[in-house]
Amino acid sequence: MNNKLRNWWEKIIEKALLASAAAAVLVVLLISVFIFAQGWPVIQKYGLGHFLFNLEWKPLAYPVQFGILPMIVGSFLVTFGAIILGVPLGVGCAVFLAEFAPKWVIKIVRPGIELLAGIPSVVYGFWGLMVLVPLIQQHLGGRGMSVLAASIVLAIMILPTVINISEDSIRAVPREYKEGSFALGATHWQTIKKVILPAARSGILTAVVLGMGRAVGETMAVILVAGNATVIPGSMLDMVRTLTAHIAIEMGYAAGEHSQALFAAGMVLFVVIMILNSMVLLIPKRVGDDR
Amino acid sequence: MRKSVLIEEKLARASLWLAVILTLGILFLILFHIISQGIFGINWEFLTQAPKKMGKEGGVLPAIVGTVYLVAVALAVATPIGVMAGIYLTEYTRKGKLVSTIRFFTETLAGIPSIVFGLFGFLFFVIFLEWGWSIISGGLTVAFMILPTIVRTTEEAIKSVPQSYREGSLALGATRWQTVYKIVLPSALPGIVTGIILGIGRVVGETAAVYLTAGTSGFIIPSSVWDPARTLSVHLFVLASEGISFEKAYATAAVLIMLIFVINFMANKLMNLMIKRRRGAEC
Repeated sequence: MNNKLRNWWEKIIEKALLASAAAAVLVVLLISVFIFAQGWPVIQKYGLGHFLFNLEWKPLAYPVQFGILPMIVGSFLVTFGAIILGVPLGVGCAVFLAEFAPKWVIKIVRPGIELLAGIPSVVYGFWGLMVLVPLIQQHLGGRGMSVLAASIVLAIMILPTVINISEDSIRAVPREYKEGSFALGATHWQTIKKVILPAARSGILTAVVLGMGRAVGETMAVILVAGNATVIPGSMLDMVRTLTAHIAIEMGYAAGEHSQALFAAGMVLFVVIMILNSMVLLIPKRVGDDR
Repeated sequence: MRKSVLIEEKLARASLWLAVILTLGILFLILFHIISQGIFGINWEFLTQAPKKMGKEGGVLPAIVGTVYLVAVALAVATPIGVMAGIYLTEYTRKGKLVSTIRFFTETLAGIPSIVFGLFGFLFFVIFLEWGWSIISGGLTVAFMILPTIVRTTEEAIKSVPQSYREGSLALGATRWQTVYKIVLPSALPGIVTGIILGIGRVVGETAAVYLTAGTSGFIIPSSVWDPARTLSVHLFVLASEGISFEKAYATAAVLIMLIFVINFMANKLMNLMIKRRRGAEC
């Protein structure tokens, strides 16, 4: 090959690679444009307030009601529940794996966590439906399908995210910090509590926010265990419907404005996730950066 | 040392042990429950027959074929784009505004919930392009979902290739692309394949997006990518949510879990291979 042809070829390749890299940008823009274009008219027609702060969802009644507040509250409740249950457990595991675990334990736990991350979400939902729901129904009362059941299933599902990211950030704490603390006579736990966890807090925070994103976005597992009533639950044992479940359940038969209202619900979900993602970016990346 | 400090130390250690035991315990409970209930439902008929009576009887062959089709379409689209994007972000430019913009959007794409992908896929492929509920609509939708995974693992794999390899190649007069193509990519291959396998796992497990884009028809074997199809995950969801047959649902869930076992095992083997190679290169 002569030089000119070779240079030309190199340039073509570089352009093709750049185009591939830009594909992600294009896809995100395409998704935003399509969902917003479909959802916006119905928000414009009925007003954002009607949409966000209305308790009634009656897409087929006259006059129609497109209030998604119960679903927003529902998504918030199950996500909050999942964080309360999942984060302490996940961070505990991460601390153990990074600080205490003997090698043989790590050899068992790591494939376990990978498996936990790999199991399809619908399998978790199915397990929740067959095991958790009857358990809650028998021992705590209610219909079993509840905020609690959804929170537990989601807590299990966010564990791998929380564990992996927290563990990485704990391992990234400089050794000198730890050695300094030991040299001052602190015990291992005192060192973890007073030195390592504060130093790793940005990473742990990232783990929590990404876990929230996963919990907010989960759909099918939640549908199976949450009961999906379109009212704000009064207790942890009441049925609940999340935004994601709302879209998946009604999309099958929705038409016209009803369908557009579901896209508007998707818009709300999209905006919430964008806010969570931007929060991750705002968290200072490395230890000491925030000082 | 004060006694209270010692007690706290012991308590803390005990509760951290407990956290790990609880996590593994939950995993074990779920696996044991699903597999013990489902394993006896899996037999030759179950794997080679179509569902009968809405799924109350018969097997899951159309769902297995649908899953394979969907994985194939998703990989055919996401692998070349993802790997090329990974190459660009590591070998051609590592810094700068363009790269940070692309990274931001890739991260964003990774964070978008599957139901939003489903809505988009439904609107764009099913309605706008008039492809209907089909494997091609579903496959392209999930291709977008696994794109960030493939980009990221490709980046990691390429970054782990020792700099000396590239220098050696460039010193021999090879161009940038020749170096990438002949030296960097082969060394990074196990890492890239690991990413692809993780992508397969995600496609196999995906339900919401597939449900809205590939349809739920699962009683006949799809004959081309333009046919609608149901994956194993969607099949499980339909059986469970409509209460059609919990027995068949358990068997389907057990098949899914075993599939994930195999996928994770392969990913691990390849990952180990990559780590070994890297160590070999450093010596």
